[in-house]
Amino acid sequence: MAAIDYAALKKGGFMRQKQKGFFSLRLGVVGGQVTSEQLNAVMKVADTYGKGYIHLTSRQGIEIPFINIKEIEEVKAALAEGGIAPGVCGPRVRTVTACQGNEVCPNACIDTEEMAQELSSRYFGRELPHKFKLGVTGCQNNCLKAEENDLGIKGGLAVKWIEEKCISCGVCEKTCRNDAIKISDGKISIDYEKCNNCGRCAFTCPADAYETTEGYFVYFGGLFGNTINKGTPLIPFIKDRETVLRVCDAAITFFKENAKPGERFKFTIDRAGEEALKEKLMEAYNG
Amino acid sequence: MAENEIKFDDEVDITDVVCPVTFVKVKVALEEIDAGQILRVRMNDGEPVQNVPRSVKDEGHQILKLMKNDDGTYNLFVRKTCE
Repeated sequence: MAAIDYAALKKGGFMRQKQKGFFSLRLGVVGGQVTSEQLNAVMKVADTYGKGYIHLTSRQGIEIPFINIKEIEEVKAALAEGGIAPGVCGPRVRTVTACQGNEVCPNACIDTEEMAQELSSRYFGRELPHKFKLGVTGCQNNCLKAEENDLGIKGGLAVKWIEEKCISCGVCEKTCRNDAIKISDGKISIDYEKCNNCGRCAFTCPADAYETTEGYFVYFGGLFGNTINKGTPLIPFIKDRETVLRVCDAAITFFKENAKPGERFKFTIDRAGEEALKEKLMEAYNG
Repeated sequence: MAENEIKFDDEVDITDVVCPVTFVKVKVALEEIDAGQILRVRMNDGEPVQNVPRSVKDEGHQILKLMKNDDGTYNLFVRKTCE
């Protein structure tokens, strides 16, 4: 038998196990969404080729342990029938994670699933100097932990008070958790320095007296492995989708051009300088 | 606007319970009045006043006013808009 190309297998989502000749097969999942058709295929593969169970990864992925190296092609074919494919590992763009977003969640400010699909179709599997993780969370509740990722996105709402619609009920002043809203003489003033774009005032307002614009905070250089680092927001709140995508392009290009092999984004930022990255990001931000 | 300017048909005090019973109590009270009638809900500062109005709105009822009482609690006036 020919020598096993572990790097190629790893690239294709096959994670080498302690048990010789067996792999834990990582599947390609975007934004944590898996269809019942895909689940059926996963179930069949786990029953037929694995040990009848799966492992849920920390980043919304599915792995099927105990896949025999000799049966890889049959496994891939069985998965393809259910519309699911192996994922990736190694130095490339990994699974894009997301919370359920505003299609489902009452607190979310943005459509995270749509954004995750867009990011995944643009970047998933792209070869880079080291792993690169992207995650999208819908609001300040941060269920998806945006700052853990090499590049994390967090949804928000920019709010503006519409005086004509306001019934002066006083609810928004108390709903705001950042003490950013003050009412005096029936007029509302918003301290935008304190506002964190959580959108609670707009969600709670009984008179729809807040005009909202969906937007994005972007965090760079997050890590949650051997080293723990919280991603930093190097650019202002972004109010349109196209700008977010330009900023993502700029960040990934910066990483590709500046990182040493095996160096995570945080350490590239530290070495090349936050200012150098910020300059590229602001170019993208300003279009 | 002084408190006595808003007339109400029924009232419920939720200062003796915590989330999620706060909203459950409000829901039960709303079930006991007719559409169009007004319920006064007395609640504590903090989490209840941050969350209960939103829950009431999400159920489709109409919030009219939130007023602070002298004892630090709040009164929320809600008009029932559906059965």
